[in-house]
Amino acid sequence: MTAAPLTAIKAGLLPCETCGLLSQPVSAAEPGYCPRCGSALESRRHRSIERTWALVIAAAICYIPANMLPVLGTTTLGSTEYDTIMGGVVFLFTSGSWPLALIVLIASVMVPLGKLVALSYLLITVQRGSVQGSRERTRLYRLVEFIGRWSMLDVFVDTFTVALVQLSPLMSVRPGAGVLFFAAVVVLTMIAASTFDPRLIWDAISDTGSEPAPLRENSPQQESNLG
Amino acid sequence: MPEQRHLDGELTPVACHECDLLQVLPELSEGGKASCSRCGCTLATRPADPIERPLALAIAALLVLVVANTAPLMGLSAVGRHASTTIIGGAYQMWLEGQEVTAVIVAFCAVIAPAGYLLCLLIVLIAVRRPPAPHWVGGMLRWAERARPWAMTEVMMLGIMVALIKIADLAKVEAGIGMVAVGVLMLLFPAILSSVDTEELWARVVWHKSHPESDPATLENPELAKADLERRPESTNSEITSGRFRS
Repeated sequence: MTAAPLTAIKAGLLPCETCGLLSQPVSAAEPGYCPRCGSALESRRHRSIERTWALVIAAAICYIPANMLPVLGTTTLGSTEYDTIMGGVVFLFTSGSWPLALIVLIASVMVPLGKLVALSYLLITVQRGSVQGSRERTRLYRLVEFIGRWSMLDVFVDTFTVALVQLSPLMSVRPGAGVLFFAAVVVLTMIAASTFDPRLIWDAISDTGSEPAPLRENSPQQESNLG
Repeated sequence: MPEQRHLDGELTPVACHECDLLQVLPELSEGGKASCSRCGCTLATRPADPIERPLALAIAALLVLVVANTAPLMGLSAVGRHASTTIIGGAYQMWLEGQEVTAVIVAFCAVIAPAGYLLCLLIVLIAVRRPPAPHWVGGMLRWAERARPWAMTEVMMLGIMVALIKIADLAKVEAGIGMVAVGVLMLLFPAILSSVDTEELWARVVWHKSHPESDPATLENPELAKADLERRPESTNSEITSGRFRS
């Protein structure tokens, strides 16, 4: 096989992002609308790279106060103690439930950071027109898309802690400003994952006409359609 | 109707939504799945009973959702005082404490998105039982697909459990009926997602075709079927794939 793989865009076709129908666009500049579902057709997601970069940078900025500012303030008999996300992890660890501490650490600290790094890596490789490891990069993208929601864990933990522990003046818990920034990181990175177009990873191969690395006989993953 | 689609599908190529590779879908057996031969993403699934089963599950999930949102999630007692909370109560408390934006995000991911997804899907599933469904059903289906990634029932369940364990150190807490309902909902959501066949739903909705001046021609030409589509999707249903494509 020496020819470049035949993609929809090379064949002059566009798949609808909403319903998946393949149709022939009116013109390359103005593709028109999907005849089945009426959505506007786009050859690639609109300004994918710029939008994703903007969202990733915004999320990276929010990530700093999300970790520095307290997410919870516990008032016990007049004295108030503030906890950051890491403080919550340490609390869980010292109070004996290290599996939970690990879950919160992964979901709240490592996953958001990993998502920012992964999306930046994908954006940089696409911008440099990299043709290597496209399958692995697509898999990384899929992981980012799938795992992103789990970062919302800490927001839920804080919400229900605040809602339940309202025994003033004995003890009450108030949310800190960190929660807002943390929720913003999660929402921004989730939107960033949806504005990034994974087909850009493969367009470099189509453009140069070279072959991707030989396909390994991977058995299809059974769980991959759940996300 | 499903049979017809799969017969048509033999000649109509599909483009992988993650790498844009054109491929011809093999005829899938029930429960079969086709993956893109280049990037490995799922191109199509064919769940058994793609309308009635998700319909039953969606009705069940909506009922459980009502319970999950009205019954107390958990209660706390300390020195003779008792407090309990619901999902919306949690979001409302955040609002009262000056975290309005966070409250809206929590309410959206915990209540609005799951309820919106289930309601839209339910309407679509009922409407497509007698195809062709009117084209507004397509709009509902689009909303359901948009709400889906924001419905975070399973994340909320884990969040509730972590909160319970954290508070258990400070006071006596007990799980409420709402928490059981959230747990059931957490199991129903993946069951619904894996039993729905979105392509099958779209195939049962009447076509839009409402932009006369800019209406793209649909792909009906058999020319592409003749085109040299070297790559075929991998299929879990290897028997049929080999029979059809490697002979």
